[in-house]
Amino acid sequence: MALERKDVENIAHLARLAISEADIPEYARNLSNILALVEQMSAVDTAGVHPMAHPLDATQRLREDAVTETDQRDHFQAIAPAVEAGLYLVPKVIE
Amino acid sequence: MEWETVIGLEIHAQLATKSKIFSGASTAFGAAPNTQACAVDLGLPGVLPVLNREVVRMATKFGLAINATVAERSVFARKNYFYPDLPKGYQISQYELPIVAHGHIDIELEDGTTKRIGVTRAHLEEDAGKSLHEDFHGMTGIDLNRAGTPLLEIVSEPDMRSAQEAVAYMKRIHELVRYIEICDGNMQEGSFRCDANVSVRPKGQKEFGTRAELKNINSFRFVEKAIDYEVERQIALIESGGKVVQETRLYDPDRDETRSMRAKEEANDYRYFPDPDLLPVVIEPSFIEAVRATLPELPEARRRRFVSEYGLSNYDADFLTASRPLADYYEDVVKSVGAEAKLCANWVMGDLSANLNRDGKEITDSPVSTEQLAGMIRRILDNTISGKIAKEVFEAMWNGEGDADAVIDKKGLRQITDSGAIEKIIDDILAANPDNVAAYRSGKDKLFGFFVGQAMKATQGKANPQQLNDLLKKKLSG
Repeated sequence: MALERKDVENIAHLARLAISEADIPEYARNLSNILALVEQMSAVDTAGVHPMAHPLDATQRLREDAVTETDQRDHFQAIAPAVEAGLYLVPKVIE
Repeated sequence: MEWETVIGLEIHAQLATKSKIFSGASTAFGAAPNTQACAVDLGLPGVLPVLNREVVRMATKFGLAINATVAERSVFARKNYFYPDLPKGYQISQYELPIVAHGHIDIELEDGTTKRIGVTRAHLEEDAGKSLHEDFHGMTGIDLNRAGTPLLEIVSEPDMRSAQEAVAYMKRIHELVRYIEICDGNMQEGSFRCDANVSVRPKGQKEFGTRAELKNINSFRFVEKAIDYEVERQIALIESGGKVVQETRLYDPDRDETRSMRAKEEANDYRYFPDPDLLPVVIEPSFIEAVRATLPELPEARRRRFVSEYGLSNYDADFLTASRPLADYYEDVVKSVGAEAKLCANWVMGDLSANLNRDGKEITDSPVSTEQLAGMIRRILDNTISGKIAKEVFEAMWNGEGDADAVIDKKGLRQITDSGAIEKIIDDILAANPDNVAAYRSGKDKLFGFFVGQAMKATQGKANPQQLNDLLKKKLSG
C-alpha cells in the first residue's frame, strides 16, 4: 500500500507536525516502505497465535490505592510558560 | 410519517478511589488548582503509569453486578488527540479488549412492564483536566487536578426508544454504582455524567438513522429534555428535506436546545494503539470470586424481596431501595419493631424523608436513629400514643429531645385510653353544646367532626382516636 501526498499531510496534521512541502515525497516513500514490510509479515501464517499487546510476556502489576504524591505545583509551574492563580495558561481553545 | 427514536447512552462513572488510576495523586474534589496533579498526571517525560488495584476491583464488581463477562485479559490503549486539558496528547483508555463486556440491566417502563437494556461494554480510562475559559488575558486556564481520575465508561446497546427509557436506564445505573459503592454518583461534581447517541428512523425500518452525540449531560432532567429536543430537531430536519449529519452536539439547559459543538467536522481519527507503558491486565478467577463475595444484595433483588417479604407496593419498594443506606435504615427499623412493615415504611417515606429533604440531610446523617424510630412505632402499636401524637414525638426526637419514651413522659403525651375518662370529657362537651347536639341528631352528620375536635382540644390530642369515635357515636345516638 503506497501512501499519497494527502495521506502524509493528514498524518502530519493529526500529529500536529509542521512539515515542509519539499519533504513530503520522501516521507511518503519511507512510510510506504514500512507498510510494505508489514504487508510482507502478513504473509506469515499466524492462525492460532494470540496477538500481543506488549512485547514483554508479562502482566500488569497493580499498586495499592494510596495517596503517595504531595503537592509539587510550584516546582512544576516554575518551568511552565504562563501560569496564573495556580492554573497553567494556554492559547485560547474556544472562540 | 411515524418515527422511532433510537438511543444509546455512554455513562462516565468516576470510581471512588483515594488516588488516581495511574498515579498516587489524590482524587479529592475541590482542591486548589493543580495541587493534585503530579508528574504522571502532567505527562512529564520519563514517568510511568502504574495501575491502581482498587480500580480493577471496582470494574470487576460492576461487571458482576450487571451479569457481564469480566475479561480475563484486558488491554489499555492510547486514544490520541490534542486538547490542552490532556497534557500527554493521548488519553489512556481501553479499546479492543475492555475489562467488562456483554452485560445487561432491567428497567421498568411506565406501563409496569420490564425491559432489558444491554450493556455492550464498560472500560477503564483516565479523566482529562478542566479548561477554564474565563478571561485570562485572552488565554485559557488549565486545572489538571481531575486529570488521571479513574472513570468507568459504561456503553449501552442502542436499546432505548424514548427519552423516558433513557432516563430510567440512567437512574438504574446510577443506583447500582452507588449500591455497590464504586461511585458516589454526585452529578453536580461531575462524578456521574452521560453522553447520549440519538437517532430517528421511520417506524418499521431496520437500519439506524444517522446519529448525533449529545455531550456531557449531568442531570436526569437534562437527559430527558436534551433527547426530546434533539428528536424533534432531527424529525423536523428530515421532514423538511434535510439530512442529519453525524456530529457532536452540546445541550444548553438555559435555552433548552442542542447546538453543534464542533464547527469543522473533522473525522475522529484517534489512532488507538496498545499503550506500551502498560502491560495487559490479567484477572485471575480467584480474584473475581473474591470480589463476587463482596457483592451486596442488588437493588433489583432487594425491591422484589421488599414486595414479597414485607408486603409493600412496588412504589414503596422502589422508594425505599433507591439507595442502600435508605434501604438499610428501613430494614433496621422493621427488624427492630418486628411487625407492621407497612407502618414502618410510611414513617420512613413520610415524616423522616420529608424532614431529611427539608433540612438537606442524607439518611446517614439522620438525627433520629433506627432504634429511636422503631421505639416510637412500638409506642403507636401498643396504643401509648396515637399516630397523630407520634408526629409531635417524632419532631421532638428530630430536635434531639431524646427517645420516644422520654419525650412522651416529659411532654405528657401518653394517650388517654381510659374509657371512663374519655366518656366524662364527652359528657361535658355534649352538655356544653346542646344546640349542636340537637342539630346533629336532626341529621347534620357533619357536626361529628366538631365534637371530635372539641374532645381532642380538651385532651390536647391525647384521646385514643378509635375509642373517642366509638364512644362519641354511642353517646350522640343517645
